Amino acid sequence: MFAYYLDLALRSLKRHKALTGLMIITIGFGVAASMTTWSVFRAVSGDPIPWKSSKLYVPQIDAWGPAVQKNNPDPEKGPPDALSYGDAVALMRDHRGKLQSAMYMISPSIVPAVAGQHPLNTLGHAVFSEFFPMVDVPFKYGSGWSAADDEHRAQVAVISSKINRKVFGGGDSVGKTINIDGHDYRVVGVMDEWNPQPRFYDVVNTGGFLQQDEGVLLPFNTAIAASMSNDGNTNCYESPKETGFVGLQHSSCIWNEYMVELDSASAAQEYKAYLEGFARERHPGWAPNVRLRGLMAWLDHAHVVPPDTRISLYVALGLLLVCLVNTAGLLLAKFLRRSSEIGVRRALGASRREIYTQFLVEAGMVGLAGGALGLVLTGLGIAGVGWVLPRDIAALARLDVTLFLTTLAVAIIATMLAGLYPTMRAAAVQPAWQLKSN
Amino acid sequence: MTLPPILAALKKHKAGVMLITLQIALTLAIVCNAVFIIGQRIDRIERPSGINENNLFLITQSWVGAPTGDDAGSVDKLDAMQQEDVATLRNLPDVESAISINTLPLLNSTWSGGIGLKPDQQSSTAQAAFYFGTDEMIPALGLKLVAGRNFTRSDVNHMGFRGHNRPPIVIVTKALADKLFPKGDALGKTIYVDRDTPSTIVGIVERMQVPSPDSWANDWFWNSVLIPTRLDAGFARYAVRSKPGRLDAAMREAPKALFASNPMRVIETGDNFEDTSVHSFADIRTHAYRADRGMAILMGVICLILLCVTAAGIVGLTSFWVGQRRKQIGIRRALGATRNDILRYFQTENLMIAGVGVVLGAILAVGLNLWMMKQFAMDRMSLLYVLVGVIALLVLGQGAVFAPARRASRVSPVEATRSV
Repeated sequence: MFAYYLDLALRSLKRHKALTGLMIITIGFGVAASMTTWSVFRAVSGDPIPWKSSKLYVPQIDAWGPAVQKNNPDPEKGPPDALSYGDAVALMRDHRGKLQSAMYMISPSIVPAVAGQHPLNTLGHAVFSEFFPMVDVPFKYGSGWSAADDEHRAQVAVISSKINRKVFGGGDSVGKTINIDGHDYRVVGVMDEWNPQPRFYDVVNTGGFLQQDEGVLLPFNTAIAASMSNDGNTNCYESPKETGFVGLQHSSCIWNEYMVELDSASAAQEYKAYLEGFARERHPGWAPNVRLRGLMAWLDHAHVVPPDTRISLYVALGLLLVCLVNTAGLLLAKFLRRSSEIGVRRALGASRREIYTQFLVEAGMVGLAGGALGLVLTGLGIAGVGWVLPRDIAALARLDVTLFLTTLAVAIIATMLAGLYPTMRAAAVQPAWQLKSN
Repeated sequence: MTLPPILAALKKHKAGVMLITLQIALTLAIVCNAVFIIGQRIDRIERPSGINENNLFLITQSWVGAPTGDDAGSVDKLDAMQQEDVATLRNLPDVESAISINTLPLLNSTWSGGIGLKPDQQSSTAQAAFYFGTDEMIPALGLKLVAGRNFTRSDVNHMGFRGHNRPPIVIVTKALADKLFPKGDALGKTIYVDRDTPSTIVGIVERMQVPSPDSWANDWFWNSVLIPTRLDAGFARYAVRSKPGRLDAAMREAPKALFASNPMRVIETGDNFEDTSVHSFADIRTHAYRADRGMAILMGVICLILLCVTAAGIVGLTSFWVGQRRKQIGIRRALGATRNDILRYFQTENLMIAGVGVVLGAILAVGLNLWMMKQFAMDRMSLLYVLVGVIALLVLGQGAVFAPARRASRVSPVEATRSV
């Protein structure tokens, strides 16, 4: 019977080629616009570390006090998004989480061992040894450094595969010496390809998305001792009293990021209580103002998903809605025009149910064809987003199996939904009335 | 032509009429808001930077193993290196002018702060971005001095990158001058850029954008302060203007000359704008507004698809109705209705449907804008957008209905005598 309905649907669709074509094109464009914008939205709103994002937390401490908060245009008036050096180091010293790391962004130059090559710039972070197990940095060779290395300000470095290729020509470079900003460091680890999007451990400085991958990771204390200055944002409520990088370290300026791993919700509660005590002790001038956000809440708070991405998605969904209303109108007109045909079928014994099936099959076929066109257009759309969106974001949108299936499913289901009311009307046709009127 | 027969006919297709009305309403609401977004983005992109952008390019470079810049001796050393680079660049045959400056409009890298009118003011009077350079900033960037004087060579000093920003004299943009001193008497007045150290305004330039084109700087976009201080750090930026038509050549030669004078430095070629590299100002501008341009294009494409779909929907539905009513049209023609009467019938019908649609759509459009204002901190949409949208959709409806309506008008009166 289903094959018969397919045949009927094909014939009916062929009879009004222009109208059928119009419906297919409408569905195709509507689906493609939604799917293209959704693919971008999916890419930027995803969980960068799904297996443990629920255990990662970002603490915030108000190092400036309510006098400054009064001028804060943000209605929520939360504490600043980063920590002062003093607070970050004191939190590390207390070491209350399971794993934790203070960090700051660095942009050192690397001098290739090969003579005649220009030095190259790289992006990285100064972190503590627990950073590596905490965010699950993948290693190709070697590993991170030890807590003792943190303590002794060891001259060690973890480098990316890319830097490894550029400087050493690839291979296991653990134990080799690399010249960073004019100082020698011993390579203890070479990272595997690692470029999490969003760059969840430091969204403050990266804005979330960076094409450039993490080139080098150095021990926090070593970088401080080498006066390797902060390449990320520095926010000051008042100018540091002393000049230079040391002055920055002694100031209330905020330029350090912090992440902590806590195993359970109760551990998080305890940590929050500890933070309040910590704030009371370090900033006795005002009531403690602290936050402890889980990673996903933190990404949301930092507005990692660009508003433009969200607006585009909503507008495209609006377009899809209009396309569906349009298709519903056309299907209605089409189905009702066949009232006499329906009347004959009903008079010959077809049940309402069979009429339903017949017309929903027809709508589904329009949806399938629209979906196929939509797939082609979505492919074009994703190829074209690089042309309209910022490169770091556009690079994340891809056509994969999920998107492929979702596109088809959305097209078919949406068209059948649009065909539901027209089908209902078609099934309600009274056979006797139709036969009489002819 | 009277309306009752049209209304009676429409009542027969209640669902179809409602769907097309809804479609027109939704189309109007979305198109108005999308066009509003496009308009805003174009306004942003077209803001003048205030500098002469022709033949201008920027070199960002860093020295390897440079002095830390934390003590006076190493600051002096860095300063000498910087001035040596500027001299190297100026000596190139294709270069017209070269200056060192901490950042440029549209480059994003920003040093900003609150400006006060009194020492230790609790909340600042205005937010502003700082440009650190020399007396050559104004002529080399083509800034227009509208009051007061430029810095002189003897006004210029230098300090470490993390030094205290305490300039005795400054030059401000007109926008900032007017914000701080609404009476227009800013010249010669004292302001506080570092809470407790007074700075005298010695000059006012017509216009200079802050470095960030992003929305966080929207409220103080024209508030710039020029400071006669060279900033000394392990990296330096040089704004270079080539001789007319020699931009490419100068951009090729400049890094070579710098490497020749001191190879221990990083200047990369590539797309990364945050990094040490050489970029023409035209590229910097394109990069800065890439997202805005993209959003405008995307909204434009979606509007185009929407309008096409809705026009096609009207054509399709009206064609069906015409096909359905051939007999009735024939009867009317046989009873003396002219072709024009039939044409006008369908046009009036469409006008009524579209009329209801645009009224609903106008309300939806304003509602959508209010929601976006709340969700995305968007501006209030001018009702002009809605008005233009209403007219555009009514015209679109009439245009779309014309072809099927004309076909209807050609139905012969003989049809009346045929059975279906």
